[in-house]
Amino acid sequence: MKRALTGFVGAVLEAWQELRIHRTRVLLSLIGVAVAVCSLTTVVALGAIVQQANEELSERSSGRPATLYLSAYSDGTGTGGGSGEIDGELMDATWADTLERYDVTYGSRVLSGSQNVGFVDGIVPVGVQAVDQPYGEMHRVRVSEGAWFTPGDALQLAPRLIVNQIFWERIGSPDLATHPTVKLGGQGAQPTTIAVVTGVTPVASYETEPSMFMLVDQFAAVQAADPTGGGGGAGGFVDPFAGGAQTQYEMWVPPALAEPLIPLLQRDFTAALGEGVQVDVFRQDFAQYGDDPFLVTKLVVGGIAVLVLLLGALGLVNIALVTVKQRVREIGIRRSFGATAGRVFFAVMMESVVATVAAGIAGVVAAVLVVQSPWVRDLVGQGMITDFPPFPVDAALLGLVAATAVGALAGLLPALVAVRVKVIDAIRY
Amino acid sequence: MSLLHLSEVTRTVIPPDQPALTILNGVDLTVEPGDRVSIVGRSGSGKSTLLNLMGLLDQPTSGTLTFDDRPVKSYSSAERDRVRGARIGFIFQQFNLLPGRTALENVTMPLLYASGTQFWRRKAIAAEMLEQVGLGHRLTSLPDRLSGGEQQRVAIARSLVRGPSLILADEPTGALDLDTGQTVMELIDDVATRTGAALVIITHDPAIATRARDHYRLDRGVLRRADAGVGERAAVLAVGGGGAAGPGASGASA
Ligand SMILES: Nc1ncnc2c1ncn2[C@@H]1O[C@H](COP(=O)(O)OP(=O)(O)O)[C@@H](O)[C@H]1O
Ligand SMILES: [Mg+2]
Repeated sequence: MKRALTGFVGAVLEAWQELRIHRTRVLLSLIGVAVAVCSLTTVVALGAIVQQANEELSERSSGRPATLYLSAYSDGTGTGGGSGEIDGELMDATWADTLERYDVTYGSRVLSGSQNVGFVDGIVPVGVQAVDQPYGEMHRVRVSEGAWFTPGDALQLAPRLIVNQIFWERIGSPDLATHPTVKLGGQGAQPTTIAVVTGVTPVASYETEPSMFMLVDQFAAVQAADPTGGGGGAGGFVDPFAGGAQTQYEMWVPPALAEPLIPLLQRDFTAALGEGVQVDVFRQDFAQYGDDPFLVTKLVVGGIAVLVLLLGALGLVNIALVTVKQRVREIGIRRSFGATAGRVFFAVMMESVVATVAAGIAGVVAAVLVVQSPWVRDLVGQGMITDFPPFPVDAALLGLVAATAVGALAGLLPALVAVRVKVIDAIRY
Repeated sequence: MSLLHLSEVTRTVIPPDQPALTILNGVDLTVEPGDRVSIVGRSGSGKSTLLNLMGLLDQPTSGTLTFDDRPVKSYSSAERDRVRGARIGFIFQQFNLLPGRTALENVTMPLLYASGTQFWRRKAIAAEMLEQVGLGHRLTSLPDRLSGGEQQRVAIARSLVRGPSLILADEPTGALDLDTGQTVMELIDDVATRTGAALVIITHDPAIATRARDHYRLDRGVLRRADAGVGERAAVLAVGGGGAAGPGASGASA
C-alpha cells in the first residue's frame, strides 16, 4: 500500500519533470486539447442551462409540475338554465370549497381581459391577467421592482396592479415606495378608479406592449363599474361574475397527487354544477413535453468538439512517441536504478495524462468564463430566467473526464514503446 | 553467506544471421559483503556483459547466479528491479546522467523508486549525498555545465544515494584524464569503505585494479584470478607509478 502511494506520486512527479523539459512542444499540442475540452464543456453546460431556462419559461406559462387545469362548459342538454350558461358564482364557490376540501394551498383563477388605463398621452387598453394571489408562486412570476400581491391586497379598496416593465416606464418609472397610482377606465363620461402599482415584472426582449396583473375580484369590480372599460373578451363585454366559461381554474399539487385527484375533481364539480355540464380536468405542465429543441445544435457542436479532441490526442501521441524514442537511453538508466517496467509504463502514460488534465482544467475554466459571461447569459436567458443556474458540475466533470481519457489514450502507445526498451541495449555505448 | 555468487555462468547471444556468440564462458565468482573486486580485460572481452549479469540487468544463458543466496531466476522481473534499485548502485564510464536535469534531480532520481522515508525525504538525502562528494555548491547545475570529473562525482552520489550493498563500476575513470581519474577512484574507494558496500570495478587500467583486494582478469569470456601475478604487478608499476601502488599493495600481498 505504502509502495503504491509512493509509486503513484513518484510517477506523477517524473511525468511532470518530463513535461517541464519538453514544455514548448507539449504546450502546442495541448492547445488543441484545451480548446476541444472548452467547447465540449460549454456545449454541455449551455445545454443544461437552456433546458433549465426552457423549464422555467414553460413553468411561467403553463405552471410547475404538477399543475391541474379545470374547465367546465355546458353541453346544452342540461336542466339548469338550459341556455348553456354556467353559474359563475356557483363555479367560484365550488372551486373555493374544493381547494379547502383537498387542502390545496396553491390554487388560482385565471382570467384574461383588457382594461383602459389613463397614461399621460391618452387612454390605452391594456392586457390584463386577472389571477388570485397564489398565482405568483405557482408560475414563478418574477418581480423586478416592488413585490408580488400579498394576501392583504385583496382587502384594499384601491385595486393593486403588478405592471410590466413597459407599463412602468410609460408612467415614468416611479419609485414604488411612493405608491404610484394610475387611473383605470375614464373613457368618455365613464367613472375612473384609482389603482396602485405595487410591482413590476421584467419583459422578454420580444415584448412591446404594456400589460399588467390584477387580482380577479378587484378586476371584476373595476369592470363592473365600467362595463365598457376596454371589454373583457372578444365580445367587448364581460359579465364580472361569470367565472364559468372565461375563467380558468388551476391548482399546483405534488406530482404524485395529480393523477388520483383528477377523477375526484371531476366528480365533485359534476355533482355541484348539475347535469349537462361537462367538466374537464387535465395536466398541462412542461413535464409532458420532453423535446429538446437544441438537440441538433448540441450534437453538431459536441461532435466537432470530440473531433478536435481526437486530433489533439493524435498530436499528443506523435510528440510522445518522438520523445520516448529520444529517451530510450534515459529509460534504460532509470531501469538500472530500480524503475520497474510497470513504473516506466505508468510514468510515460502519466506524462500524457498530466498534460491533458492540465489542458482540461484550462479548458473547463475557459468554458465557465464563456458560459457565465453576461453576453451569453443574455443570449440564452432572454432576460427571462429568474435563477440563472450555476455552471453545471456535470459539464465540468465531463470536460475533465474527457481530457483524462484522451490523455490515457494518447499515452498508451508511447508507454508500450517505453516498456519494450531493452535496458542493456539502452545503456550500451 | 555471499552477496553475489556466479557459478559456471555462460552468456551466449545469437546475433541475426550469424552463428551463436559465446561472450562469457564458465564464469565462477563470489562477492562477499564489503569486498573489493577488480576485473580487468581488453575491450570486447565481455566485461560489461558480466557486469550486467551481476547487476541483475541480464540473465545467464546457463549456470547459476544468486543474489543474497537466492537464484536470480526465481525473482520476478519487478522483484529484480526493486532489488537492483535498493541494493545495487551503478557507475558508468559515460556517467549516464539524465540530460536537462540538475545535479540534485539526477541524484534524487533513484529515490523516486524507493518508498517510505527515502521517498518522502529524497531532496534532503540527495543534497546531503552531493555534499559528501564535494558538490554541495553545484546542486542546481545541469550536467553539461559540469566538468567530466564533476559529472562522475554526481554519478557516484547517485549510485550511493539509496545506500546499496553492492557498487558496480564499469570503467568509471575511462572518460577522465589521469589526475581526475585518480581523485574519482579515491572517492569511490572512500565512500565504499565508509558505507561498507562491496565494490566491483571493471577497468582496463591495471593501476586502478590494484586498489582492489581481489583481482580478476577476463580474457575472451573466461574469468581467472589474477592475484599476485608477477607480470600484473610489473604492469601496475609501469603504468600507474608509485601513487597507485600504495592501496594496491595490501591487496596484492594478501
Ligand atoms: N547483444 C549482443 N549481441 C551481439 N553481440 C554482443 C551483444 N552483447 C555483447 N556483444 C558482443 O560481445 C562482446 C563483449 O561485449 P562487452 O561485454 O560489451 O565487452 P567489454 O565491455 O569487455 O568491452 C563484444 O564483442 C560485443 O560486441
Ligand atoms: Mg564495456
